Amino acid sequence: MGLMLIAAVALPLVGAALSWWLRRNWIGVASAAGSFAALAVLPLGRGDGWWHAVDLAWAPSIHLDFSLSVDGVSWPLALLTALLGLLCCVHNAHKGASSTLTALLLAVQAASIAVFLSDNLILFFIAFEAVLLPMWAIVYRYGDEATRRHAAAKFALFTVTGSLLMATGLFVAVADTGTADLGEIIATGGVSADASLLVFTLLAAGFAVKAPLWPLHSWLPDAHTAAPTVGSVLLAGVLLKLGTYGLIRVAGGLAPHGAADAAPVLAILAAIGIIVASLVCLRLGELKRLIAYSSVGHMGFVVLAFATGTEAGVRAALFANLAHGLVTPLLFFLAGAVKDRAHTGRLVDLGGLRLAAPALAGLLGFAAFASLGLPGLAGFWGEAFTVYAAVERGGAWIALAAIAAFGAFLTAAYLLRMLRRVSHGPVAPAFEGLGAVSAIEFATWSPLVAAVLLLGLAPGPLLDLFATGVL
Amino acid sequence: MGFFAWALIGLPAAAGLAGLLIRRRRAAAWSAVLAPLFALVCSIVCFFANPFVAFTLADFGSIRVSAALDLSPTASAVAIASSLVTLLVQLYSVSYLRDDSRYGPFAAQVNLFLAAMLVVVAADDLVFLLIGWEVMGACSYLLIAHYAKLPSAPGSAAKAFLVTRFGDVAFVLGVMVLGTAAGTFRISEIGDVSEGVAAAAMLLILFGCIGKSAQFPLQIWLPPAMAGPTPVSALIHAATMVAAGAYVLTRLLPVWPTDLLVVVALVAAISMLGAGLCAFAATDVKGVLAWSTVSQVGFMFAAVAVADPDAALFHLLSHAGFKALLFLTAGVIIHQAGTDGSLATTRVRPSSSRLAFWAMTLGLAAMAGIPPLGGFYSKEAILGAAYESATPAGVIVFWAGIGAGILTAAYSARLWLLVFWRGGAKERATVPLAQSIGLWTLTGVIVVVGGLYFAGPLEVPPLHLDLMVLMLIAVLGGFAVVGDSWWRDRARDPARLLGRTRAAFARGLYAEALAGKATRTGARAAAGAASALDEHLVDQILVEGSARATVAAAHRTDTGHRGGLVAYLRLSVAGTLVITACAIGVSLWMS
Repeated sequence: MGLMLIAAVALPLVGAALSWWLRRNWIGVASAAGSFAALAVLPLGRGDGWWHAVDLAWAPSIHLDFSLSVDGVSWPLALLTALLGLLCCVHNAHKGASSTLTALLLAVQAASIAVFLSDNLILFFIAFEAVLLPMWAIVYRYGDEATRRHAAAKFALFTVTGSLLMATGLFVAVADTGTADLGEIIATGGVSADASLLVFTLLAAGFAVKAPLWPLHSWLPDAHTAAPTVGSVLLAGVLLKLGTYGLIRVAGGLAPHGAADAAPVLAILAAIGIIVASLVCLRLGELKRLIAYSSVGHMGFVVLAFATGTEAGVRAALFANLAHGLVTPLLFFLAGAVKDRAHTGRLVDLGGLRLAAPALAGLLGFAAFASLGLPGLAGFWGEAFTVYAAVERGGAWIALAAIAAFGAFLTAAYLLRMLRRVSHGPVAPAFEGLGAVSAIEFATWSPLVAAVLLLGLAPGPLLDLFATGVL
Repeated sequence: MGFFAWALIGLPAAAGLAGLLIRRRRAAAWSAVLAPLFALVCSIVCFFANPFVAFTLADFGSIRVSAALDLSPTASAVAIASSLVTLLVQLYSVSYLRDDSRYGPFAAQVNLFLAAMLVVVAADDLVFLLIGWEVMGACSYLLIAHYAKLPSAPGSAAKAFLVTRFGDVAFVLGVMVLGTAAGTFRISEIGDVSEGVAAAAMLLILFGCIGKSAQFPLQIWLPPAMAGPTPVSALIHAATMVAAGAYVLTRLLPVWPTDLLVVVALVAAISMLGAGLCAFAATDVKGVLAWSTVSQVGFMFAAVAVADPDAALFHLLSHAGFKALLFLTAGVIIHQAGTDGSLATTRVRPSSSRLAFWAMTLGLAAMAGIPPLGGFYSKEAILGAAYESATPAGVIVFWAGIGAGILTAAYSARLWLLVFWRGGAKERATVPLAQSIGLWTLTGVIVVVGGLYFAGPLEVPPLHLDLMVLMLIAVLGGFAVVGDSWWRDRARDPARLLGRTRAAFARGLYAEALAGKATRTGARAAAGAASALDEHLVDQILVEGSARATVAAAHRTDTGHRGGLVAYLRLSVAGTLVITACAIGVSLWMS
């Protein structure tokens, strides 16, 4: 199984190189599919705790080992990354997009999977940074003509600043414990009590940029809006997950005492983020920007749930995290399809989609309902139990629970506004003679639709998986 | 027997989900009708077998959510009512929407709606119940927005969903508070929780139920919801959505602190009386029926307020019968009259369709509470329970109930007189078979549903002779007032009895307009403030500003390094002085 771990990371890398070199998109699709398959077989023969691990010495003098391992927390995220990577490659091949873009997508995928699987802090840091470069290039080269340069620069500067803080935190942790083995540090209860708050603050600052946590989020709307569809999908579905995964697994694991001390600050910022982002969404006039901003609110739920520090809270955080990784990419795919056809994303220019293209409107409605946390779909469990976890903490946390519950109401309000502008009303000129949804498009979206429905109706197995994770 | 419990939920849900993908009309119609039929069969089996099934749906460590179904005889009775009404609505719609290109999704959404309602009815776990609760709201959104060409439909649909969801903010919090205190979400396992927690949780849950049941002060979504097709109104008003709020309150009645029931009584009293007045002033057929629903659901809340859940369920069942009948008949009548349903223009002769006339007449009589129709017994049960309870809540709902009884008789009589006795086209109209099945069946139901009083799973207080006399006097009083106005001047609407307040009541006391305006203004201001904070302060000033400041500093530094020899000399002298000064300062401070 160790081989499968390596294959999951190596296949997309090789695929990236080959598809770029040979200018063939299908190589990208094949390698992404291979990576997905390699990850899909990992649960075979698993036990509790870490399922499988590989550990190869790389540069021991700087504590760098090529060590990958997988457990119930990292596997779903890695699988999600591989799935989204595959769907993006299929989308690209279908659109006949540049094979360089496919190569960049695969590079993001490989590095992200390495982040999720990495069991060595230095390797984690390297992989974390390696995500940035291809992602920057995707936004910079293939983004929206008017805004791509500015958005890419903002994204890169923000992320690098965060990463430097994070790196400092990691080095303090390594110096404090004398090892860079993530699993070992978690098992021994984290860094010493004196360093705990410092390490947590440094790490959390870095991850909060990626997550993003209000007020460190302002790179996100620009980058998501400027990025091409596949870029937005990976940003929402994968990059934001790096931040929350890092926060929960690395920052929370290395410095549990610091996490407990800093929890109120995180929780309050998360609650502000939920409300402010939802309110901003109520007046945004551009489809992709609206979806991008909604991520700030959704990730606010994840951070709030994590901040409660309870068992239910951490599981809710992980669940909401994964659900967001399915729902928001679906929304971005659909928004991309709408924008491709209408050549505009301004809400005032749209309308009547359900008359012009009933299937597309139906899917958009489904994704919007999933995003607003309709029970029975994936978004519900994480957000409802964020409220539960906050109530469970009692005291002032109940106020945060109320804010979160109200935030879910605001989410419904802005998504229904979005549906009303896009789907209802008379057919807008932009939607005249709209092309039907092609079979490939259906094939790209249906795994996400199915997963959203499945996780919504049967959240149990995934939650049980999280329960076995090493935290 | 567990199979039937799961099939009860699973069949309509599966038919609903699959139906969204069905393109062919005939297949859609079959799945539309068969799913509620099977659900009806399953619920009848459950009525006798009373299955109780559960498995863990989600385990959050300190608490778990179970997919638990508890089909007690009372729950099964409500399930039977929901399935039967849905079956008749589906049959009716096959003919009602025969020229509609979006019939397929419509029929599928109705089945999903039924599945969601059945989850609410059968669930023994509050979070599992919440799934049905909100999916029902989402389906109502889709169904109300059915007519794509109707400009008001999307707004009404969004209003229905958002107002109920606003109530759900409190509902979710209440469920979580209760779950945390009790350590379980299972209704059957909630033991003693401290009085304060129970009070907080139940008040929050009450607010959610008020939203779902369109009671004061969240009644504003129900009248505009008529933008949906008429069978949808029958579905929402009769045995599903609005009844769900009252139903959930009956399930949780054991948790209520007794002193707090007076809050429910106040909500019920205001809703019964206020909505009765609005129904009396309403200007179209469906408007009268919509407000009457608010008023009649108020009776169910009244029964909850006097801690008699079975009386509430009795009225729920009888109301399901007559309200479904009234809406379906209203659809037939409006179609025959060829109008938009406005009372000013909708006129049909009793002779033009005997079936529609008698269905409407009996439905209105049942609603007004004329014996031996169902509505009489169920209202008697509620007022009898209030009569016996001897609590402040009992006093409030008793007198409000009598007042609402007068109003119910008055608005029923007004509707009947205005629609049938002002002339209209002479030619006879036939009711399509699929629609007449619904009318016949429901007419039969409202005649026999009173029998639940004498035999059935419900335990309601015995009949009180004095109370029955009082109720009949109230009903006759209502008839007399309207009749008097009618005989004096047939050309004028009896609603003129309301005088100057008539216009206000016809618009629901402007609550909808005011709430809409307040919400819009508030939302605009809050969103503006959030935007100013987020997009301007955080993004433009702090983030982009720091970038600009960095670039500006770089320029300054750059120009500072481009002087001549003299400038460099000056700088180095100044630098030396600064360092010397610092060194002296530090050494003095250290010593």
